[in-house]
Amino acid sequence: MTLMQGSAVRSFVVARIASGLVSILFISFLVFLGTALLPGDAATAMLGQEATPELVESLRQALGLDQPLLIRYLDWLWDALHGDFGVSLSNGQPAMAMLLPRLENSLILAFSAAVIVLPLAISIGLFAAIKKGRPFDTMSGLVSALFLSMPSFMIGYVLIYVFAVEFRLFPAVSSVRASTSLTGWVWALTLPVLTLVLVAQSHVLKVTRAAVLGVMGSDYILMAETKGIPRIRIILLHALPNALSSIVSICMITMAHLIVDVVVIEAVFSYPGMGKLMVDAVAYRDIPVVQACGVLFSAIFVVLNMLADLLGVLVNPRQRLPRRGA
Amino acid sequence: MLSRIAVIGSLCLLSAMVLAALLAPVLAPVPPNEMVYPAYAAPGPGGVLGADGLGRDMLSRVLHGMRYTLIITFAATTLAGAIGVSLAIASGLLKGWFDILVGRAFDILMSIPHIILALIVLAILGVSMTTLVFTMAVLQSSTYYRVTRPIAGDLSAMDYVEVARLRGERLGWNLFREIFPNMVPSLLAQYGLGLSSATLFISSLSFLGIGIQPPAADLGGLVRENALALSAGRFTPLVPAACIALFCLSVNGIADWLVSHFSERPES
Amino acid sequence: MTTPPILRIENLRVESRKSVLLDDVSITLAKGEVLGIIGESGAGKSTLALSSMLLMRPGCRVTAGSVELCGQPLIGLPQAALEQIRRTRVAYVAQSAAAAFNPFYRLETQITELPALSSRLGRTERHRMAAALFEELQLPDPETFGKRYPHQVSGGQLQRAMIAMALINKPELIIFDEPTTALDVTTQIEVLQLIRKIVREHDCAALYVSHDLAVVAQMADRVLVMRHGKMVEEGPTRQLVDSPQTEYARQLVSNRGHHGYAEHRGEDTPILDIRNVTAAYGAVTAVDNVSMAMAPGEVLALVGESGSGKTSLARCVAGLQTVRSGTITLQGAPLPPLVEQRSFEQRRLVQYIHQLPDLALNPRQTLREIIGRPLSFFHKLSGARREQRLAELMEAIELPVSYLDRYPSALSGGQKQRICIARSLAAEPKVLICDEITSALDPLVEESIVLLLSRLIRDENLAILFITHNLGLAARFSHNVAVMQHGKLAEFGPTAEVFETPQSAYARTLMEAVPQLDEGWLDSRRRA
Repeated sequence: MTLMQGSAVRSFVVARIASGLVSILFISFLVFLGTALLPGDAATAMLGQEATPELVESLRQALGLDQPLLIRYLDWLWDALHGDFGVSLSNGQPAMAMLLPRLENSLILAFSAAVIVLPLAISIGLFAAIKKGRPFDTMSGLVSALFLSMPSFMIGYVLIYVFAVEFRLFPAVSSVRASTSLTGWVWALTLPVLTLVLVAQSHVLKVTRAAVLGVMGSDYILMAETKGIPRIRIILLHALPNALSSIVSICMITMAHLIVDVVVIEAVFSYPGMGKLMVDAVAYRDIPVVQACGVLFSAIFVVLNMLADLLGVLVNPRQRLPRRGA
Repeated sequence: MLSRIAVIGSLCLLSAMVLAALLAPVLAPVPPNEMVYPAYAAPGPGGVLGADGLGRDMLSRVLHGMRYTLIITFAATTLAGAIGVSLAIASGLLKGWFDILVGRAFDILMSIPHIILALIVLAILGVSMTTLVFTMAVLQSSTYYRVTRPIAGDLSAMDYVEVARLRGERLGWNLFREIFPNMVPSLLAQYGLGLSSATLFISSLSFLGIGIQPPAADLGGLVRENALALSAGRFTPLVPAACIALFCLSVNGIADWLVSHFSERPES
Repeated sequence: MTTPPILRIENLRVESRKSVLLDDVSITLAKGEVLGIIGESGAGKSTLALSSMLLMRPGCRVTAGSVELCGQPLIGLPQAALEQIRRTRVAYVAQSAAAAFNPFYRLETQITELPALSSRLGRTERHRMAAALFEELQLPDPETFGKRYPHQVSGGQLQRAMIAMALINKPELIIFDEPTTALDVTTQIEVLQLIRKIVREHDCAALYVSHDLAVVAQMADRVLVMRHGKMVEEGPTRQLVDSPQTEYARQLVSNRGHHGYAEHRGEDTPILDIRNVTAAYGAVTAVDNVSMAMAPGEVLALVGESGSGKTSLARCVAGLQTVRSGTITLQGAPLPPLVEQRSFEQRRLVQYIHQLPDLALNPRQTLREIIGRPLSFFHKLSGARREQRLAELMEAIELPVSYLDRYPSALSGGQKQRICIARSLAAEPKVLICDEITSALDPLVEESIVLLLSRLIRDENLAILFITHNLGLAARFSHNVAVMQHGKLAEFGPTAEVFETPQSAYARTLMEAVPQLDEGWLDSRRRA
């Protein structure tokens, strides 16, 4: 990375936040535009088989579909910013009201996975880097690459086959509701969380290992060795802080991907999360719900990636402080 | 030595799967959509892999499913490569507003979760083979753009290109004699990685019910169709899933070998 | 009873998986003595230096011999005991201070890490220790210097801070591994004087590793010449410099010694005329109102420290960088600023050779394609005539014709640079721009390239713009010298005059800072 002046860091932060906002605006526009250009528009879609031209026209007016595109977008955006994505076409409930409890479930799933996978994969990556070329390194690399080649639903089904069908330890279907007890939650979440952990570990492990190896090969580590610093202190105090910026970034990026990976995992385990809601809405062409889910998923993803970049820069003193001080 | 075995194994596996997919109509014992056996017939004389819930022969369906998956994968990845590389070269040469616009567009494309974007686009446009391939191609073209743009953009990035520039060589020479030959290995490796991520992507979409529509099914769709059988203790849904994994494993293996083989330059 | 030597290495052999790095090397070092180790890259100098504290790079191991530090045999000691010895008895000063300091910590923290580790010092005590050392090493503002991070300090200061770090535990042996190679000459001399003073005052033994014989001659009591991991010659410094015994050492000395200046035989009418040229990158002026001229058969050396604008000026001449004002004329006709606007002939007559041959040769083309392209491009040669010319060019650069079907990766660094020279000669130019073309090469390879160029000047009547930071090389090889500083021309004139009687203050400082083989040269320099 290039070095930056103090003011350059500030403008980097501003630019990065701005570009994140642009991405979110873009997806919101795309989401909106797509529905507006829909061949048979929402009115036709809602009426389905019973569509007559008169009925469609009156519904179009009721939905405001006869206004110019830009006005409709700004209207829609204004409402969306206030949490109003319209009502579901399938059951007439506000899309946001349907979505919020589901979002909570998805976040519980994704963060449980993050809490397990980040420390685990980072330590394995660190250990693999220390034991470079040894059996532990080779084995962890092979196993991790194996999971990278598997579709995530396959990992889920293998776990179901083994732990739910053969050994009957955990349920194949993770149905939870607000009233479910804590142990019930743990019982239901174990397999989906384990699946997510296996899906996400490979990347974290690879990046951590590469970051630590990169640092361990540098001159200042050799310098520390010539000073006679004990090995464990070299790794923890000399190498790790310098790999920190990559590791912090990868943590945020992993969380971003976990949030999106839940879409498939929730389908495998019929878990009532936002991903399942979105997939069902896509199947029924329930556009307001698709829009709300799409924008929310993208916004979380974009913000976490933005944090990855920002934190990655801020934990590094070379980036944070001016070059030749006074 | 170990890596050589891995590459040869990967190549064999890959060619076997491509052949099986190409010859599916010949190899399949029965037409894939015909109900020929009792529902959930066990593996045995009535088909090596048994039958699905509608009594269709699993082996035939897996062979045809592989055909669908590989056709979409290769089509989407090739198209993605063509879009990404040509846009990268075009913006490298034209520079100016075109470059900035394309660069920003790809930045945005890369910053949005692809599966969510695909769900939205396919919900709007409806699902067909064409929309699937185009949606995937556009989404994946960003990786090729990212790999190609820096090389194509700064034509004088390497000193030997600068030497050609000093000589007054034409664009065509610079592009095809100086720059392109040095890009081929990294583009090939990228293509390999692209194949595996495209396979996983289309499989996930089909698994979610947004891919190939019934009665036809690709590998991901087959997993979806047969998921119920799993709870009954049948392993059939895992067979198409394993095919996906094996395909990805073999292309990843070849791509890794390409990367390591071409990144080390033997010094005398 | 006699005290044991500080360091005794006997018959040491170090091997990596692929090759032998050190073969049968023996040295002894007494208290207060400085041993210089000299050799080209890959000679095993650094391996030997690190071996004295039994530190091996990954994949390397000792297969024979012994290492004894302060009477204590090191081989076979457990890791913890080795670390204990490294913490207390010996210190290491690395080549690139910028890379050897950990970017994550303040200088003071790193410098006082060892005493803090061994005796739990408080912050104020650590600060006092560091400040005292900074004072001794003449660092600016010793009280607050240690509060900075490595990237906030200049290269010369950082190198001194590293010497401070080496002194913190009062070691009995200090290893200096090319400590001034990354510095400019004027900074180098200050650091050299400081090292001399430190070694004398602290009365410790030192190993001084360098590829520059003149530097070693100033620093060391005895010198060891190494090549391909073996000892070539060892002896007291004066004896080695004045009467080297082996052929290799003789070459090193003659390469470094003074031969007098190249005889001027250039014509009077200039072929290339640079008038009042100014060039800039955005707001930064890289070249500021510079004028000079060169005639056929003449070598014009462009010297100066890094960032002085040498390369920018060369790129202006080549047409790779636009001139903001001023003109460059070739054979009386003005050259358009960018190469794309220049005529076919103009592009042919001016050829440019890059610093790093690795980057300048397309790895996917054979030598035949690389050298053949300008032949077919500029001279429309093909078939047998092209082959014949290729053979002539290979002969001119003293490489076998059979190499033509090889790829650049099969060549050594010096051979690659010869291919770059052949490629430029293929165009049959009048002006050759050489941008630090020998700086990545070892001294003897450098010498052979310079010999090759000298012959070409005679044979082809070439004019060469020779950019270098190596003043000794400029003195031996060039007819005229242009000294640049901060983008301005500090001095321009015949080489002998500029070196013997420099007129500008800057040129004087620069010339005086070039290390010489003469005895007592370093001590006779004025304090900077």
